[in-house]
Amino acid sequence: MSKEVRIYSLSTCSHCRSTKSFLKECNIKFQFTDVDLLTGDERKSTIQDIKKINPRCSFPTTIIGDTIIIGHKEQEIREALDL
Amino acid sequence: MDAKQLYEMLKKSQEPKGYFFNSDQERVTELMENLLINKKRYGYMACPCRLASGDKTNDVDIICPCTYREQDVKEYGSCYCNLYVSKEWNENTIPHVFVPEKRPPEKIMI
Repeated sequence: MSKEVRIYSLSTCSHCRSTKSFLKECNIKFQFTDVDLLTGDERKSTIQDIKKINPRCSFPTTIIGDTIIIGHKEQEIREALDL
Repeated sequence: MDAKQLYEMLKKSQEPKGYFFNSDQERVTELMENLLINKKRYGYMACPCRLASGDKTNDVDIICPCTYREQDVKEYGSCYCNLYVSKEWNENTIPHVFVPEKRPPEKIMI
């Protein structure tokens, strides 16, 4: 079964863009949230969610199954997805 | 100001200090455009790779060039965004590792 892939990203962040492009190249489906485009309560709760798994709240924060990957790290993404 | 003008302006002021633009031109252009988006959005050129709060006083450390650039370029050969790099980074004589975030987590405003 394929693992669920979720990215917390910023619309302006080049590392986030690299991660999204890499996953697309690998034909991996993913969901993403551009946190800089959120406002109000949605922004607050999303930041709180990110801080639970990445206290520095840096981007991209990628969740692949049970694995959390902080930053754009292709090798770690490959390993988490068994690519 | 457009991305090209910003590039020329920053190149003139930053290169003499030993901070070079990444030789990846596409990436640099994208970062210039995103700095201009943040300037428009927040009123200051917040680092495009970090979550700005909209409060300039809180974000003064991440106004590009950020206060972490000096240490990151010294340590890793690149700033957090891979915008400003050392000569060695561009010449590929040092490894291109992902620069970890130095900004204290309490600066992220909820």
